[in-house]
Amino acid sequence: MTPILDVQNLSIDYQSNGHPLHAVEDINFQVQKGRSLALVGESGCGKTTTMLSLLRLLPAEGRIIGGRILYRGTDLLRLSEREMRDYRWKKLAIVFQGAMNALNPVQRVSDQIAEAIMREPQITRKQALTRVGELIEIVGIPANRAQQYPHQFSGGMRQRAMIAMALACEPDVLIADEPTTALDVMIQAQILSLLQKLQRDLGLAVILVTHDLGVVAEVCDDVLVMYGGKVAEAGDVETIFNKPLHPYTQRLLQAFPDINRPGSTLASIAGHPPPLDDLPTGCRFEPRCHLSSEICKRIPPLALEHDAGHYVACHHVEQ
Amino acid sequence: MATEQKPILEVRNLQKYYPIGRGLLGRFSGSPEQVVRAVDGVSFKLQQGEILGLVGESGSGKSTTALSVLGLIPHTDGDVLFDNEAVTESATGKKRRELRRKMQMIFQDPYETLNPRQTIYQIVVEPLEVHSITRDKVEKHKRVIEALAQAGLKPPENYLQRYPDELSGGQRQRVAIAAALILKPELLVADEPVSMLDVSIRAEILNLLRQLRDEQQISILYITHDLATAGYFTDRIAVMYLGRIVEIGATKDILQNPQHPYTKALISVIPVPNPRLRRERVLLQGEIPNPINIPSGCRFHPRCPIAIDECRKIDPRLMPTNSAHQTACIRVK
Repeated sequence: MTPILDVQNLSIDYQSNGHPLHAVEDINFQVQKGRSLALVGESGCGKTTTMLSLLRLLPAEGRIIGGRILYRGTDLLRLSEREMRDYRWKKLAIVFQGAMNALNPVQRVSDQIAEAIMREPQITRKQALTRVGELIEIVGIPANRAQQYPHQFSGGMRQRAMIAMALACEPDVLIADEPTTALDVMIQAQILSLLQKLQRDLGLAVILVTHDLGVVAEVCDDVLVMYGGKVAEAGDVETIFNKPLHPYTQRLLQAFPDINRPGSTLASIAGHPPPLDDLPTGCRFEPRCHLSSEICKRIPPLALEHDAGHYVACHHVEQ
Repeated sequence: MATEQKPILEVRNLQKYYPIGRGLLGRFSGSPEQVVRAVDGVSFKLQQGEILGLVGESGSGKSTTALSVLGLIPHTDGDVLFDNEAVTESATGKKRRELRRKMQMIFQDPYETLNPRQTIYQIVVEPLEVHSITRDKVEKHKRVIEALAQAGLKPPENYLQRYPDELSGGQRQRVAIAAALILKPELLVADEPVSMLDVSIRAEILNLLRQLRDEQQISILYITHDLATAGYFTDRIAVMYLGRIVEIGATKDILQNPQHPYTKALISVIPVPNPRLRRERVLLQGEIPNPINIPSGCRFHPRCPIAIDECRKIDPRLMPTNSAHQTACIRVK
C-alpha cells in the first residue's frame, strides 16, 4: 500500500549566531491511511521540529537542509508557498501543543471553528455553520455548548474544539503534538478515544507526538523513537514494546511506571539528552549508554533494518 | 505497618470552603451566599516514615488538602495534628516556626520555584537564615554541602556557585529538595514533583525521595494525578473525588483490587506501556462537577456506571472492605 505521507532522509538545521545546529538528521518514516504513528522522545529530541516541518511551519531560524516529504507522491518541499497553501490544513492539519489555551477568549467557540472552515474561499457562511454542526458532533461537543466562549469550556472541551478546527478542511493527515499532556487522565482517555475514532471512522492518518510511552502503547500502530535528532529505533508497536533492541528504547521502557506491576523497580537513565550545540561525534546516546564502546564514540550508527519494518540505529545490535 | 503507632500527621474531618462573591446586586437582593466546597470532610493518618499518595483529578481537592496540612491556608473546620500539635494558620511565634521547619514542601515546577538570580548556595542556605538556625558561616556551608549531597548532587562543591539556568530540570528539582532537607524536616509534602520532568529522569527523583524515607524516616505526602507513579512509589494511596477521599488503602491492594467504581475507572484509563494489554477503558462521561453544586447523596453518582436510586440519597462513609482498605460506596459489600 502506498503511504499517504512518506518522509525520506529529512534533515533540519537551526541557525544560531551564524552556526547551524543539527536539530533533526536523516529521519525516515511513513504513515498509512487509517493508521497512527507515534513520534516518541524526550524534550529536545527533535520530535516537534520534525512535525512542524511537515507543514512547513518551522520558525524563521529553522531550515530544511535535505530530504523529501512526499504527500501522496508530491514533494511538499518543492512547492511554492502559494502551492503549499493547498496542502496545509486542507491535506495535513495539526493540533498544536497547548493550543487549547490559545483560543480567542472573546469569540464564541462556534465562530472560531467557522473561521477555520472559511479558509476555503468558496464556502459560504451558511455552509460553514452547517459544517460547524457536523464537526462539533464528530468531536463530541454538546450542540448547546458550541455557542459558548472558551472560558466556559474545560480543558478537555477546549481540546475537542481545537481538534474540530484542525478537521475543518477535511484533511487526511492529522498531527497532534502532545494532545493530552496538560489534561487529567480521565479526560486524556476521552481525547485518545476520540483520536482513535477519527482514525477509524474518517480513515485519518494520525501522527501523535508524545513523550508518554503509555499513551503510545494504548493507541498507536507504529512507533518512531527519536533521540538527539535522530531515529534510534522504529517499528510496529508490538515490536517496540516487546522486542526493543536499542538500549535507549529498552531503558526508556524501564523508566516508565506500569500500574500492573506495582513495586517493580524503575530505573532512570543517568545524564541528560545532548544539547544541540554540543552533539556527540559518534552515537548520540553514547554518553548515557551502558553498552558504549570505542566505535560508538567515533562513528554514528545508521538506522538499519533488523527485521522487516524494524529499524535500529546501534552498533551493538546485529543486523 | 502497625496502626497502633502514633501517627506523625493526623487529619480529621478537614473542610475548606471558599465563599464566592455574590456581587453587589446579590447582596442587596439577599440571595444566599455560595461556597466552593474544595475539601469536604477529609480524614487520614500518616505514620512516621510512610509515603501516602493523595491521588485525584484537577478539582478533587488534593492540593487544597496539602496546603491546609501545611497550615498555609486556614481551614474551615476539622483538625490537622502534626506530632500531636494542632496546625493552624493562626498559630503564632515560636511554635509556628517550629512546625514550619518540620514540614517542608516540594513544588511541581523546578523551573519556576528557584530564583534565577541566586546561586545554588544562596537558594539552599536561605531556609537556614529564615529560621535563624545558625549564624556560623562554617556551619552554614557544611549544612548546605550536606543537603546537596543528600539530594544526590555530587560532588556538592561543584554546584555552590552555579545558577539554576545552568542545571537540567532533574538537577533543579534536586536543588529544591536540598533546600527542603537542610531544615531536617519530618514531613515532606511533594506536589507533583516529577510531572514537569522528562520520563527518563522521573524515576531518579522518586527513588531519591524513597531513599530519604528509608534512610531518614522522613514521611512523605505525595500529591499527584498520576496513579502510575503513585503505584510505583507509595505505601498507601488515598483516592480523592470532589473534596472527599473515596477509597484509601495499601497501594498494592488499591491497584490490584480496587473497590470504588471511580477508582476502577481511573485505573482502567491509565495508559499501560504494553500494547498486548489494551483493555476496555471505563470512560466516565463528562468531568468532575463544580464543587459549588455538589451532587446529592453520593457525589459520584451522576457519573457512576453502577449507581442505583439510593445513591442519590445516601452520602456514603468510608467503610472497611478489609483490614487495610476502606471504601465509600454503598454498592461495595
